[in-house]
Amino acid sequence: MTATIQTAAEQFALRRRSPLQRVQHLLHGYPAISPLLVLIIAFAVFSALNPRFAQPASLSLLLQQVAVIGALAVGQTLIILTAGIDLSVGAVTILAMMVGAKLAENNGIPGVLAVLVAIGLGVVAGLVNGTLVTRIALPPFIVTLGTLSVFTAIGLLYTSGQSVQADKLPGLLNWTGETFGAGRWRISWGVVIVLLLYVGVGFALANTAWGRHVYAVGDDKEAAHLAGIRVNRVLISVYVVAGAIYGLTAWILIGRAGAASPNAIVDANLESITAVVIGGTSLFGGRGALLGTLLGALIVGAFRSGLSLAGVDDQWRVLAVGLLVITAVAIDQWIRRVKA
Amino acid sequence: MNRRVSSVLIATALLLASAACGDSGSGDDEVSVSLITKNSTNPFFVTMQQGAKESAKAEGVKLTIAAGKEDGDEQTQVQAIEDAIARGDKGILITTNGPGVNPAIKKAREAGLYVIALDTPPDPPDTVDITFATDNFRAGELIGKWTAAQLAGKPATIAMLDLFNDKIVSVDYNRDQGFLTGMGIPTGDKMKNGDEAKSGKYSGGTYQIVCNEPTTGAEDGGRTAMERCLAKNPAINVVYTINEPAAVGAHKALEAAGVKNPLVVSIDGGCDGVQQVKDGVIGATSQQYPIKMAQLGVKAIKQLATGGKKPSVTSGKDFFDTGVALVTDKAATGVESIDTTKGTELCWGKS
Repeated sequence: MTATIQTAAEQFALRRRSPLQRVQHLLHGYPAISPLLVLIIAFAVFSALNPRFAQPASLSLLLQQVAVIGALAVGQTLIILTAGIDLSVGAVTILAMMVGAKLAENNGIPGVLAVLVAIGLGVVAGLVNGTLVTRIALPPFIVTLGTLSVFTAIGLLYTSGQSVQADKLPGLLNWTGETFGAGRWRISWGVVIVLLLYVGVGFALANTAWGRHVYAVGDDKEAAHLAGIRVNRVLISVYVVAGAIYGLTAWILIGRAGAASPNAIVDANLESITAVVIGGTSLFGGRGALLGTLLGALIVGAFRSGLSLAGVDDQWRVLAVGLLVITAVAIDQWIRRVKA
Repeated sequence: MNRRVSSVLIATALLLASAACGDSGSGDDEVSVSLITKNSTNPFFVTMQQGAKESAKAEGVKLTIAAGKEDGDEQTQVQAIEDAIARGDKGILITTNGPGVNPAIKKAREAGLYVIALDTPPDPPDTVDITFATDNFRAGELIGKWTAAQLAGKPATIAMLDLFNDKIVSVDYNRDQGFLTGMGIPTGDKMKNGDEAKSGKYSGGTYQIVCNEPTTGAEDGGRTAMERCLAKNPAINVVYTINEPAAVGAHKALEAAGVKNPLVVSIDGGCDGVQQVKDGVIGATSQQYPIKMAQLGVKAIKQLATGGKKPSVTSGKDFFDTGVALVTDKAATGVESIDTTKGTELCWGKS
């Protein structure tokens, strides 16, 4: 964003906004509005097509189904806010999960330790990505494209593609899949962890200096640097936090799948990016909201189960999600033309 | 600072690269064979590679192993075939990733190599000299017959958890259609999943097919697919799964939904899968024998190279059937099966 010198006439024109410009400004201030509208419309349509869609039982499942991608998308949001992108999401998650699970199976380490190992590996992976992005100044796309291969290969060399079954794992690792609830509402502990993750990271982004720095670095690195922000430190911290989140997600994934399997979440990188983009976070950095990401993940999940309940071929979901992504980026470009 | 870091990185990379270049000498009097699998991540192919290694050692054959980067990666396989020709291998064992590999196979055969397909017959089957494979249709048929017998005339409400819904793969439709045929349900196009009548009569009574959902053959996919099926109809009592990981995920979903005693059937016979049959997670599974495929393949090429005769196909089929056995602890009359104790002895994957 470059500051522009406005003439008096231009300033006058800004004061008298057309309704369309008002919408533009509203969206600029609250990026989560458009995904919220999409989600509300989707809910209305899918409930009309099949009343089962809106019942507590299927909504509970919707939450469980989007939990894993929703959690990964938190890390992805942080990285995209800094104008980066992370293609190694799924690879880091699988690596963290497999090492934690194998150590529990073969060396009998307790569940708590296995979870910490997974989170620790996520942190290490984040350090690797963050260091390459900052110290060697490589574009995040290229760095994570490389580490995607590296982490995937390490994970598969380590496991030979073998999964670890749930009954060979400590109970704590499966706990994230256990549910509680009232009546037809069944919430898994994994979903609770994901919601807490959103609250925690959302709070940090909105109310701490670190959060403001993340936005500032994503908006304009040079300006942030001149304002005294340690840009590289902020960037590395973002990759590390994201890595820790991926490690935590490994735990949620085990509970959901009933095994630690190296063949899980094949499209995690694209699905997490999709959730972030549909959620209104700008791929150019510096603009977006975590709430939007949660809505984005829910939109994709709602399309999946809604169209399935309506008996529509799954390819229409793929098509619809593709159109949503393009629309979201188009809206983002349009909003960016607002003179803030 | 930056320059120092990058030079260290480059040095490390070079070191790793030089370490990765292994020895590539070959004895001229030895029979050499290449094994090229779809990928080197699926335990099925990892097992196949191990079986081939052991067999090669026993037969005194020099074995080179290559694999696609992932299912469907034809390019890497083509390169591996070209390498085999250049190396002067006597034969190639391959699980092809698709028709894009066919021209390279043709080149290899013209160069005098004997090519055996393992696990998956190529399309068309006569692209290779012979195929050693599981009869996937028969594997499906066995679990279908077992299911019909277990139901004993009760209505069947069926969920079909397939491999894909966006690609057409022979293993996918052969298992799916085999299962339905075993149940006594008339199928439409034998190469198409989900085109049969959604309700009607199976050999024991009435049936209803609730869904055909893709699982990608993994636990998390199996769970989500099963949840979608249960959302359509919570009264499902028969679940067909493409493989055991998908069945594990399906079981999690059934358990969460509180479905009582569903009949879950599967195919693969990996050691984890047999254990799941023992634990009652899966009712019955059709076991296949990847180690045998690899061993037979290595033996056949050794035999040919030392003046023996060519292997021949199983009568009535266009491939050599390496066999399939139904593993279950609830034997059904009229369906031959082995119990989980025997299944554990014969299983592949983790010991």
